[in-house]
This record gives sequence, structure tokens and C-alpha cells, in this order.
Amino acid sequence: LALCPQWPYCRKHCSYCSFNKYVVPAVDEVAVRACLVREARTLLRLGRVQSVTSVFFGGGTPSLASPHTVAAVLEAAAEAAHLPAGAEVTLEANPSSASPARLAGFKAAGVNRLSVGVQSLDAAELRLLGREHTVDEARAAVEAARGLFPGCTSIDLLFGLPGQSREAWARSLEAALGLCDDHLALYQLTLERGTALEARVRRGALPAPPQDLLADMYHAARAVLAAAGFRQYEVSNFARKGALSTHNLSYWRAEQYVGVGPGAHGRFVPWGEGSRQREARVQTPDPDAWMREVQSRGHGTRRRVALSPLEQLEELLALGLRTDEGITQQRWERFSPQLPLRTVFGGPGEAMALQQQGWLLLDSRGLRCTPQGLAVLDSLLPALLCQLQRT
Amino acid sequence: MAFGSRAASWWARLLSPGPGVAPRGPPAGLAAGLAARRRPYSSGGKEKIDMSTYPVESIRNFSIIAHVDHGKSTLADRLLEITGTIAKTDRNKQVLDKLQVERERGITVKAQSASLFYNHKGVNYLLNLIDTPGHVDFNYEVSRSLSACQGVILVVDANEGIQAQTVANFYLAFEAQLAIIPVINKIDLKNADPERVEKQIEKLFDIPVNECIRISAKQGTNIEKVLEKVIEKIPPPSFNTTDPLKALVFDSTFDHYRGVIANIALFGGEIEKGHKIVSAHTKKRYEVNEVGILTPNEQPTDKLYAGQVGYLIAGMKEVTEAQIGDTLFMHKQPVEPLPGFKSAKPMVFAGMYPVDQTEYNNLKSALERLTLNDSSVTVHRDSSLALGAGWRLGFLGLLHMEVFNQRLEQEYNMSVILTAPTVPYKAILSSAKLIKEYGKAEITIINPAQFPDKLSVSEYLEPTVLGTIVTPQEYIGKIIVLCQDRRAVQKDMLYIDEHRVMLKYLFPLNEIVVDFYDALKSLSSGYASFDYEDAGYQAADLIKMDILLNGNPVEELATIIHCDKAYATGKFLCERLKDAIPRQLFEIAIQAAIGKKIIARETLKAYRKNVVAKCYGGDITRRMKLLKRQAEGKKLMRKIGNVEVPRDAFIHVLKRQPDK
Repeated sequence: LALCPQWPYCRKHCSYCSFNKYVVPAVDEVAVRACLVREARTLLRLGRVQSVTSVFFGGGTPSLASPHTVAAVLEAAAEAAHLPAGAEVTLEANPSSASPARLAGFKAAGVNRLSVGVQSLDAAELRLLGREHTVDEARAAVEAARGLFPGCTSIDLLFGLPGQSREAWARSLEAALGLCDDHLALYQLTLERGTALEARVRRGALPAPPQDLLADMYHAARAVLAAAGFRQYEVSNFARKGALSTHNLSYWRAEQYVGVGPGAHGRFVPWGEGSRQREARVQTPDPDAWMREVQSRGHGTRRRVALSPLEQLEELLALGLRTDEGITQQRWERFSPQLPLRTVFGGPGEAMALQQQGWLLLDSRGLRCTPQGLAVLDSLLPALLCQLQRT
Repeated sequence: MAFGSRAASWWARLLSPGPGVAPRGPPAGLAAGLAARRRPYSSGGKEKIDMSTYPVESIRNFSIIAHVDHGKSTLADRLLEITGTIAKTDRNKQVLDKLQVERERGITVKAQSASLFYNHKGVNYLLNLIDTPGHVDFNYEVSRSLSACQGVILVVDANEGIQAQTVANFYLAFEAQLAIIPVINKIDLKNADPERVEKQIEKLFDIPVNECIRISAKQGTNIEKVLEKVIEKIPPPSFNTTDPLKALVFDSTFDHYRGVIANIALFGGEIEKGHKIVSAHTKKRYEVNEVGILTPNEQPTDKLYAGQVGYLIAGMKEVTEAQIGDTLFMHKQPVEPLPGFKSAKPMVFAGMYPVDQTEYNNLKSALERLTLNDSSVTVHRDSSLALGAGWRLGFLGLLHMEVFNQRLEQEYNMSVILTAPTVPYKAILSSAKLIKEYGKAEITIINPAQFPDKLSVSEYLEPTVLGTIVTPQEYIGKIIVLCQDRRAVQKDMLYIDEHRVMLKYLFPLNEIVVDFYDALKSLSSGYASFDYEDAGYQAADLIKMDILLNGNPVEELATIIHCDKAYATGKFLCERLKDAIPRQLFEIAIQAAIGKKIIARETLKAYRKNVVAKCYGGDITRRMKLLKRQAEGKKLMRKIGNVEVPRDAFIHVLKRQPDK
């Protein structure tokens, strides 16, 4: 089981971000820490978790938390369940809160992998995104991270920014390749409703990036990274020398995870309540309300929905096909012992047609996208869901 | 047929439970409170009125006719108050508009009637106000109301002046040889200019300026004067109670408890409970259960006499039994039936097919239920190779069709395929073989699939209408260009005052059914009004145009068009279709073709990337919802070859014409 603690605070709103995050003048870190610890303990016990295979501190900006808080949550996880010594523990870090000293503190607290939110290596783009760091700070942060977490540093980059050209993206990518370690995440910017950037594009103050340009950028990046020895192991994630993120993989493999902290999401079976059904859980988004709930009930679960076997398979399909390994026979059978992959997708129907068109593969290993198919997965999924629902 | 009202009234008609289930007052025995709750007045519990005290000399039957929003319903409210038919309160707003939608939207959809009692110079008069739909969306509905009248009040807004619908309504009344009382309403408005409107009326209708009554229905100014004129100027009906019964059915509604309630006007004789009557149309015999007057709720009376207007309940189970325009007579005393009415004439035909043929029977029963209350939709069974078994439906306009479709979806959860609308074209056949096949030389084509080849046709004909446009003069230039572009021929142009012009054009019907009114309104900032009437058929150079997706014809989009319009329309349809079809995994060629000749082409490129960048934690629930919705949507797509087309794409494509 994977553990996902959320630190909901940021120092500044970024123009593109629609996550559950809060910019407040002062954070009562002692109280938040106590609540994170308590909720982690409660939920890990509820899930009868034997062993935590990975931890990912997300946010917000978790690098704004003190290493002490990170350590406290890890200790709680180790107490409530087992946390093996080699378990992957990732922290998301913003370049503006990733000084070598802080990073060393996180390392001492138990973090062994860093995901640095570089987003861009162009000063104008960083301003457009509303990031508070500069290009130099980003470079310095990545270098410091690589020094402390060699082979375990990832950087995030965004493409498809309003006004960004193919050439600008190619230059950014080139610069990132010169800077990066063995893991890169390249995200096409999604203009989320409710963000400042989306509003500017909708008003026409900024140009909406054309579909074909976005496709060009994506395909160009895939080619450049492949040439540099990176394996695209997920739609947006690239790694070399086997530096795949265990935590994210477990998510795409539809394994169980426990979300802790304001607005955190989880998927696990609450055995502790006598249930045997996997649930989708969401914690209360507002930090103050969340804290009050944790203080009074031990957890701040706002919503829990039991997932039917079909819904679990649908999630497995939508997530699993994002990876290059796809959905293995074994994994599918764990969710669906009665209906093997071949029974559902082997016969005449959508999957077969998509195979014939070269988007999909179904063989003894399992079901997966071809490299071409991966780029148009969202056009494949509705058809596959239709076929799944029929069987 | 007024376009101005069309949108609103169609919505109203279609979104309301419809005339069939319109509240018509409580069935006998049900608590009167029910009616009281529905309306701010109740006529239950009164003594039965002896209708014999109202001989024809003291009866006046009249309608109020007006352009949209010129104040017809408000005037009706005042007339009802002043005659004591309803209590005078602030709440009397559109009392005759019984349907909820009529009140909500401030329009009249369904003609209603009310009997008013009024004492003038010591004589008790019975004034029957036979309401017409304020938005005369259908000529036939106004003309049938007028057929029960001897006079009309023509209401014109003191600010807007004469509009297209005023003209159309005036001529309907004029041709029916009814007395016309011109009334200038809204004189309380700041911009009111009654003198100008009086001059327009004089110029256009040849009615002396001094005959106009200036009123404010809203404030109740000069309403008594209107009633006096009704009594003085409108002749009483000249029918005899001693003649055999001759009753005109001018409207009908359906009540779940009591069956059909027919609104009747007695052109002769008398009628009472127990009478055996016969329908001239169906020859069916009925026994009268109840007669009465409308005040405006049904109020039973012992009898109705010649010249009077009221309602009748006689065990008719279906709306179709009370054919509007039908004549009722006494059993064994047949009379010459009244001329009756032209029925609502469908202007637009389209095919309707279930997305999935297994849904055929469900769709059939949904159609039956919907058309029960919307008798203006005509239904013929049809079938096609590509689409299976279905129907060819006739609608009054594109919006009607769209709303009908939407109702099927929303109320009956039916997904249907609708084909491109077409007007009823005709062809004069020259091929002996075809003539034999059809049994006649002139055929009407309501389905492009049946469009006969040019080689076997001596002439194609298209339906035309005579359109009336009233506009402030500054828009004339643009309007003339618009009309020319619609292949219209100018027939008349007249300044009705220094600023306003009335234009008359002969239009091919297919040029105006879709969006002419929208175009006219938008280029005149909403000031021009439009109305039209049937003008027969004219010869036309017609061709059939197909739309192909990757070489496969889209049967829904096959259209019959004038050859002058083929290239522009073909190009336009392809462009619109390109926007309406979502990108897919392969390239799609969108083509317009006449026979084998391709006249336009657009290319919809394949998706090269379509995958959401980030999929972590919180997003997955939302993401799954979206994917499942897309999966659901996929099942409803129409597949043409490999290409998936959303069902609403075709309507979306057809909504606007090239000149927009």
C-alpha cells in the first residue's frame, strides 16, 4: 500500500494550478503535523495495512513543511504499519524552498527521492505560470537535489503554454536534458477552469495553443527523450537506468493507497470496519475543517464511496493503459478472477478493431497501448469501456 | 403565420402539457378549491344562467387581434374586470392565458373564450370574447377563431405602430367581412405616438383617423369606450333559434376526467343535455352530457341558443373526434356543413428513426403520446436502407422540429436520428413508367430519397409564400439584399408613414423556413417584423445534393436544393460538419456531391494526440465520470462507415445558412 500525505499550503498561487491549496499568512505547523500523524495512524489501521511500500508527500508545496513534520509522518507510518528501509519516499519540492540545507534536512528525515517542480527553464514562461522561482534557482535546486539524491531526482516540465512555440519547447527540453537526472515528467498544460491562466485564454487575452502544435510538441519530446535513452513508462513520465517511480507506478497499477491530509484521495479496503470492498475516499479539503475533524474523530474523511467490481475494472483500465507495460494478465485477474482479459476483449468488438488499427495490443502478457495508441488513449478508452460494460 | 411569435409559442406549446391536459376547470364533483388554486377566481357554485334571456340581438361575438406584445391579453383582462366576469384585483394578469407557460412567458398559446355580461343603456348584453393566440403562429388558428365572430378589436401599440402581423391579422378579419374596431394601446408610454399610428391605420387599412380609440389597457384608460364600440359597431349574429341545430367546433381540449371538451359557436338552433347530435365530419353520433358557457371557466347552463358561444361535452373520447372546423347537427336533421378550416399545414418534413431499431416500438408510443397534444405534427411511416424503419414527420418549422426532438429525449428518454428538413416539393413526371407507378403525373416529394431523376421529370415545383416585412426605413437596403439572396421577388413596397416601410416579397418556402427570421431580426436590430402566407407553387431548377463522409452518403443530410445554391450550400454544409464532428483516430473527408460530381470538400484531420497529461489522486473520480459519459455518448453516435457522428450534429449543421 502506498501512502500519500498532503501538505496543502503554498506561498503563492500559480496561475495554472487548480489543486486544493491554501495561501495563508501563518501555518500552525505543530497542529497540522499532529493531525497528519493522527490521521495517517487512523487510516493505516483502518486499512489493516501490513506494509507501506512507498510514500509520496504531495501538495500544496510540501517542501514548505519542516523536515520534522515529514519525519513525524514517516514515524507514524512505521509505527502503524511496517515501513521497509528501502521503501521509496518522495517529496515534491519547489525550487524556491529547496535550498541544499533544507534538502539535507528532508533527507535526514527519511526522504530518498525528490520531485522538483521546475516547470520551465525560461524566465518569461515562469512569469506567465506565476511561479515564484527564477531559472537560476531552478537550476540550483536541481543540482542540489542531484547531489543529495543521485539517481532519485525527478524534474517536472510543462509544455503547451499559451504562445509557446515548437522551437521554444525544443530549447527548454534541451536545457532540461542537460540539467536532469534519470527521471522526467513532461506535462501538457491543462487549462483548468477557475485558474487565472484559463480565464485569460478564455477572454482572448492569451492565445489557446492549437491542437496540432500540442501534438507536435508531445511527439517531438518523445523522440528527443527516446534518443537520450529514456523509457516512456507512462503517458507523461520518462525514466532511464530503471529510475521509475515505484509510487506512481503503484497508482497506475490500481494498487491501494491511503490519502492523508486536506483534500487527499485514497483507494483502499477498510478491513478494520469489517468491509471487504474497496472504497474511493476523499478527505475534507479545507485545512481548518479537516483539522477539527481529525482532532475529534481521528480522521477527516469527507466522502467514501464503495467501488463496484465493474468500477474497479474501469479504473484499472483507465489507469493501467497509461503505462507502457499496460494491464498484465495477472493484475487483471486479481480484480476479475472470473472474466479474464481475453474473454472481455479477445472477441470481436472494439478492442479487436483497435488492435487491427494498430492502437492496441492484447497478448499473453496482457493488454496495452502501442506507442501510437498511447498518444490517443482518451479516444480508445470510451470504446473499451463500452465493451467492458457489455460483458 | 407570424415568425415573431413562433419561437416562443412553439416552446410554450411543446413544453407545456399541451392543450389536451390544460387545466380546464375542475370536473364536476371535484372541489372547487382546485380551480381556485389554479386561478385567482372561480366560477364554480353559481346559479345556472338562463341563456334564453339573451336573444341574438343582445349578443356580440368578437376577437381581439394584435401583433406580438401589443397588449391583447392585458386588454382582455380589463374587459373581464369591467364586466364583472372576474373580480378586479392587481393579480389579473393574462387571465385567459390558462397554461402556466402562457403566464410565465407573457404570451397566448391556446385560444380561450369568455362570455361577458354587460349592461349598456339599460340593455343586458352577452359579449363573447373569443381569444386568438396573441402570437399568431398559425393563420389557421386565428381564422378559426374569427369564424365564430362578427367583429374584431384590432390592437396596435402606440409606440411600435403597425407590424407585419397587424397587417396579416387585419386582412384575415377584412376578408372575413368582420367589423373592425381599431384600438391604439399603450398611450401611457413615454414614446407613444398615437397620431402617427392613426395615420398608418388610415393609410394602410383605410379606416378614418377618428375611428381609432386611444387606450391604455394597463392603466384601464378608455376601456368602457371599447365596450360601447363593440356593442355599437359589431352586428349581432344573424342566426335563428328556430332553425335546425348547426354548431361549429372552433376549438377543442382534452380533460382527463371528462374527455373532449369542444368549444362551439351556434350558427342555428339550440342545444341541451340529452340531445343526440352527429358530427358532419365523422358521422359519429353522440349524446350531449353537458353544455355551458365559458366565464372563462366552464359554467354549465341548461341550454345554448343560436348566436351563442360555449362548450359541449358529449362523450368524445379522443381529440381527433372533435375535429376543429367540424359542424355538429341534430340526429336525423342534417344541415349543410360549415366550410370548416384549412388544417395546420406542415412546412418542414424530416425523417425520424430510432438510433437502435429495437427501440422502434418505444419510439412509436412516445410519438403517439406527443402528437396527441400537438396535432400540427403529421406522421407517416417511412423506412430507409441505412436507417431502418421510422417515420416522416411534418413540422411547422425547424424550431418546432428541434423542440419536438428535445421533448422526445427529455420526456421519453428517446434517442432519435433526424434527417435534414425539406419542404414539400413537387415534380411533374414525364416518364410513363413512373406515372403508372405513382398513379398520377404530379407528385409531392417530402423525402429527398424519393427525389425523381431529372430525366423522368418535365418540371420540378417548389412551394412559395408571400412574405410581409414591416421595417424602419434605415434597414431597407440590408433587407432587400437579404431577400434577393433568398431568391425572393419583390411584389410591393409601401411607406406606411415617413419612417416605416412595408415590403412584400414572394419567397421560395425553403429559403425562409430555417433561419430567415433570425437573419432579418439580427440585421434590423430586432425592429423588422415578418409574416407570411401560402402562395402556391412555382417552377424551380431543383437538384438533390448528397453529403459524403469518407465516401459514404449521410442519408440524414441529403437535401433538395435550388441549383443556384448548390455550391454555396455544399461548401457551407461541409464546413459546418467539420466543426460538428469530433476529431477521430483517422482522417475524415467531408464532401458534397451532386450525383457523382463532388462540388465541395473539407478534411477533418485525425487525432495525433488525445490523452490527458496528468492523472493522479484527486482527478480519477472526475476523470472516470467523464470517460463513462463519453462511453455512453458513443452508444448514441450515428455511425456512417467508420465515422462516428453525434446525433445533434445534423441539426447543428442545418441551423444557419451561408449568408450568415
